[in-house]
Amino acid sequence: MKALRVSVWRGGAEGRFEDFEVPRRGSQTVLDAVTYIQRHLDPTLSYRFACRVGMCGSCAMTVNGKPRWTCRTHVDKVATGGRLQVAPLANLPVVKDLVADMREFFDKWARSRGQFRPTATRNDEFAKVRPDSPARREADAGVECIGCGVCYAACDVVKWNRDYLGPAALNRAWTLVNDERDGAKRERLHAVAGDAGCHACHTMMSCTEHCPKKLSPTRSIAGLKRATLALALGGEP
Amino acid sequence: MIRPARSHPGWWAFAVHRVSGVALALFLPAHFLALGTAIQGEAKLETFLRWSEQPLVKVAEWILVTLLAAHLAGGLRLLAIELLPWREWHKTLAALAAGFAVAVGLAFALVR
Amino acid sequence: MSTRAGARLWVAQRATAAVLAFCVLVHLATMVFAVRGGLTAHEILERTHGNYAWCAFYSLFVFAAGIHGAIGLRTVASEWLGFRGKAADAAMAAIALAIVFLGLRAVAAVVL
Repeated sequence: MKALRVSVWRGGAEGRFEDFEVPRRGSQTVLDAVTYIQRHLDPTLSYRFACRVGMCGSCAMTVNGKPRWTCRTHVDKVATGGRLQVAPLANLPVVKDLVADMREFFDKWARSRGQFRPTATRNDEFAKVRPDSPARREADAGVECIGCGVCYAACDVVKWNRDYLGPAALNRAWTLVNDERDGAKRERLHAVAGDAGCHACHTMMSCTEHCPKKLSPTRSIAGLKRATLALALGGEP
Repeated sequence: MIRPARSHPGWWAFAVHRVSGVALALFLPAHFLALGTAIQGEAKLETFLRWSEQPLVKVAEWILVTLLAAHLAGGLRLLAIELLPWREWHKTLAALAAGFAVAVGLAFALVR
Repeated sequence: MSTRAGARLWVAQRATAAVLAFCVLVHLATMVFAVRGGLTAHEILERTHGNYAWCAFYSLFVFAAGIHGAIGLRTVASEWLGFRGKAADAAMAAIALAIVFLGLRAVAAVVL
C-alpha cells in the first residue's frame, strides 16, 4: 500500500503544518498514525490519548477539518487521496502541537452549574426515580457525555461568542434540571440563561452532528430555552 | 472555502436564515421609502413601479421574495424545535423549509 | 446586559416571529395574487386607501418587523463584527425606531 501523507500541526497558536510519511496498515486509525509519527519519526510531537478504544474522549483532534476521536477514525474512511491533516481541537487555546487547553471548557461547565446538588442525606430513604418518567427520559438522553470537547470544537457560536457556555456545559445543565433529586434548579436556570447561555444557540446542530456518543445537545439546549421561559417572562422558575 | 465541519443541513439552515435575515433587514427601509413616495401622490408611486419593471430589478425582487419565504420557513423550524417537546423528525425540518421556500419562489416567478 | 434581559430579548424575538409568520403569509399570498398581470400604483392604492383593516394589519406588521429585525441585527453585529455592549444595544434601539418610523410613514402613505 502507498504510504500515508500526514500533515500535523506543530507549535502553539502560531505554528505550521509538518508533513510525515506513515506506512499504511489494515484497520489503521488516525491515532495509530499519530502514534507511529511520535514513536518512529519525531519524538518531540505532543498529543493526548488514553484508552484508545473509544471510551475516554482524550484523543479528540481536528481531522481534515472535523473534530473527531482519532482512535475511532479509520484512516481508510477519511484519507482522501492518501492524505490526512491533523490539528488540535478548534475553539480552544493550543498548548503544543495536538494538545488543546481544556480549562475554559471545564470552567464553563462549572459556570453553568453542571454539578449535582444533593438534597437528601444518608439517613433518608433511597430516592425512587422512575426511569420512564418524562423528566428522567430527558436526563438519560444527555447523561452519557464524557466531556471530550468535540461538540465545543464544532460549534460556531463558541467561535464567535467567547462567553458562550457551549453545548456540553448546557447539555449537562439540562440533565441536572431534569434530575428530581437535585436542589439547585433555580440557580442553574439563572446560570444558563442570557446572551452567554442557551439563548445564544442558533440550532446549527454541529454539536449533534459531531458528537461521538450520538448525543443531541441541540435537544437539551432547546429544553433549557423552554425551562427558562418563566425566568424570561419576569417570574421565577 | 466552507470548512468540512459545516457541511450538514442544520448549518446550511442557519446560514440561509442569517443571510436572508440581514438582506431583508437592509431591504426594509428601501421598501418603506419606495411606498412612502405615495405621500406625494399616486403618480409618484406609479413612476417608481414603472422603474421597478426593469429586468434586473425584477430579478432582485424575486430573490427577495424567495429569501423572505426561506426566512419564514427557517423561522418556523426554529419555533418548532425550541417550543415543542423534542421529536426525532425535528431534524428533518430543514429540508421541509427549503422545499417551502423553493415552492414560493417558483409561484412568484410564474406569476410575475 | 443581564441574563434576564438577554432572555427577554430572545422571547421578544420569538413572539414577534410568530406575529410575523402570520403577517408574512398574508403578505406573500397578497403579493402572488396582486402581482398577476403587472402591478400598478392604482391597484395598490385602490386596495389600501381608507381601509382600516389593511392599516391595522400593516401597522402590526411594521412594529413586529422593526423589533424582530433590530434584535436579529444585534446578534449578527455581536457575532460577526464583534460589536457588542451598551453602544450596540443603543444601536439596536435606534434601528428599531427607524424601521418603525419609516414603516408607519409608508402605511400612512398608502392608507390616508
